Amino acid sequence: MSERRLDVRKTYKLYIGGNFVRSESGRCLPARSPSGQLLDNFSQASRKDLRDAVAAARAAGEGWAKRSPYLRGQILYRAAEMLENRASAMTEEIVRSTGVAAAQARAEVNLAIDRLVYFAGWTDKFTQVFGAVNPVATSHFNFTIPEPTGVVAVLAPDEPSLLALVSLAAPVILTGNSAVVIASERFPLPALSLAEIVATSDLPGGVINILAGKRGGLLAHIAGHLDINAVVNAVAGAETHQALRSGAAINLKRYAARNLSAEDWFTDAGQDPYWIGDTVDYKTVWHPIGL
Amino acid sequence: MNATLSYPVRPGSIREAVPTVDQVTIEERAADFTKRSIKTSAKLAGLKMVVSMMDLTTLEGKDTPGRIAYLCRKALRPIEAKYEVPSCGAVCVYPNMVRHARRFLGDGSPVRVASVATGFPSGQYPLRTKLEETRRATGDGADEIDMVMDRGAFLAGDHGRVSDEIGAIKGACGEAHLKVILETGELVTYDNVRLASQLAMEAGADFIKTSTGKVQPAATLPVTLVMLEAIRDYFFATGVRIGMKPAGGIRTAKQSLAYLVMVKETLGDDWLTPELFRIGASTLLNDVLMQIVKTVEGNYQSGDYFSLS
Repeated sequence: MSERRLDVRKTYKLYIGGNFVRSESGRCLPARSPSGQLLDNFSQASRKDLRDAVAAARAAGEGWAKRSPYLRGQILYRAAEMLENRASAMTEEIVRSTGVAAAQARAEVNLAIDRLVYFAGWTDKFTQVFGAVNPVATSHFNFTIPEPTGVVAVLAPDEPSLLALVSLAAPVILTGNSAVVIASERFPLPALSLAEIVATSDLPGGVINILAGKRGGLLAHIAGHLDINAVVNAVAGAETHQALRSGAAINLKRYAARNLSAEDWFTDAGQDPYWIGDTVDYKTVWHPIGL
Repeated sequence: MNATLSYPVRPGSIREAVPTVDQVTIEERAADFTKRSIKTSAKLAGLKMVVSMMDLTTLEGKDTPGRIAYLCRKALRPIEAKYEVPSCGAVCVYPNMVRHARRFLGDGSPVRVASVATGFPSGQYPLRTKLEETRRATGDGADEIDMVMDRGAFLAGDHGRVSDEIGAIKGACGEAHLKVILETGELVTYDNVRLASQLAMEAGADFIKTSTGKVQPAATLPVTLVMLEAIRDYFFATGVRIGMKPAGGIRTAKQSLAYLVMVKETLGDDWLTPELFRIGASTLLNDVLMQIVKTVEGNYQSGDYFSLS
């Protein structure tokens, strides 16, 4: 038997509708460490993968929004538990992908877990906090309640590859939205590993979908897709911003930009409860009283 | 040809005259039709053709005259005029709804009125009431009758009764076209499907149709291919063109294009007309319309901008 063992390279797949699928295009890209060493391969999401992911998110959204807020919180907390359970593997994934020190990677993982727990707590509170009982002069009981807007496209920045993604996606899905997340382009592996952890939590398939690859080719299709109700963009750059905003006008997508530097994500700026309000629709009800 | 059959075949019976079907080959060939790449202008033309061949169907206990009116409007003009989409081939309804459909469409409408009949979906009713039902439906203005074959009699081997019944219903149809529903999901084998197709065509069917939509599996590509081949061989033998209608389970535009490919490659262009090919569906139309709009406009569409059904 030979001394040298052949490398067994993994091909990370896309996470669509609770399944791990190769790209519809069949294309894969190499993931390299900062020093240029080949780590693994991963599927490159095409526009048709985006289409499939949106369809999966739409199908999953209705059932997810109907779960009780308490249960949604429990499920998000479960996702945090699963991440905690695999924290060291995730730390290793971040270290080999980005080249940061192990201590910093571990801090990123811990903070990502804490953010999940934090936002899990908001599931049964955002309606009270963001909703309102409005004073009106007529004999009506008038109240405003936030409801999930539907399918939300989330564009994660390149770094921090795990923490930013979690901090962006959690406030989106906690209200009952489903998300199509475009992972970090430079460091896609931590996001795709997160998909494998989320898949073993109780989050229903399709509530969060994770795509990887070159995001430039997807921007126009995200912007023009009529079945995407909102876009949360944390990728800097005027061109990205412009490409997304121009299409968003077609079906009045909500558009929220998150202008945070890589360091900002580790501060309180990366854990903003008001982000919840960016991907809900406010419904105001006039209920007659005192007749 | 029947040397390999595992069951006894009476000499001179129709079972002897009808060829058997090789399951592996037919399924492989059918799967092959899904692999054609149909894009841009060909896709657009194909999808519009699908709409023109569609029997827009509602067969539910909760059908009301209002719902029939809605269905008729949708069949007449599936989408706004700028997309140049033709009207559907027909609406397909229960006998009690025929007069409502006729009233909403008026006489001389491009959309025909089809009615299921003869104890739909089971067919387990006396011939007398089946005939009465057929006469009522045609009297109320049905252009086409979708009758259900008596599967009980067929599976019991009483082919004469099946044949006689189809002949009698054909007589009761008068001017109306007769489609015979084989309910392939209950016929168990491809050999039975082929035999039932032959029986129906010889007994006077204008169309043969796969399913009621109430039994799973409904229309599948292989079962439709078996029936198309029966139609082809019947045409070679008699010169008579019989129509085909797969129904039930066809929900996506992509699936419907595979059916068109199969018809073209099995029967040829002559059959690519609403006179000889129909697709029975209730939810397919919206997906086809979404694909048409997507092809024209270039961006992915949302169900939010199309009617609920």
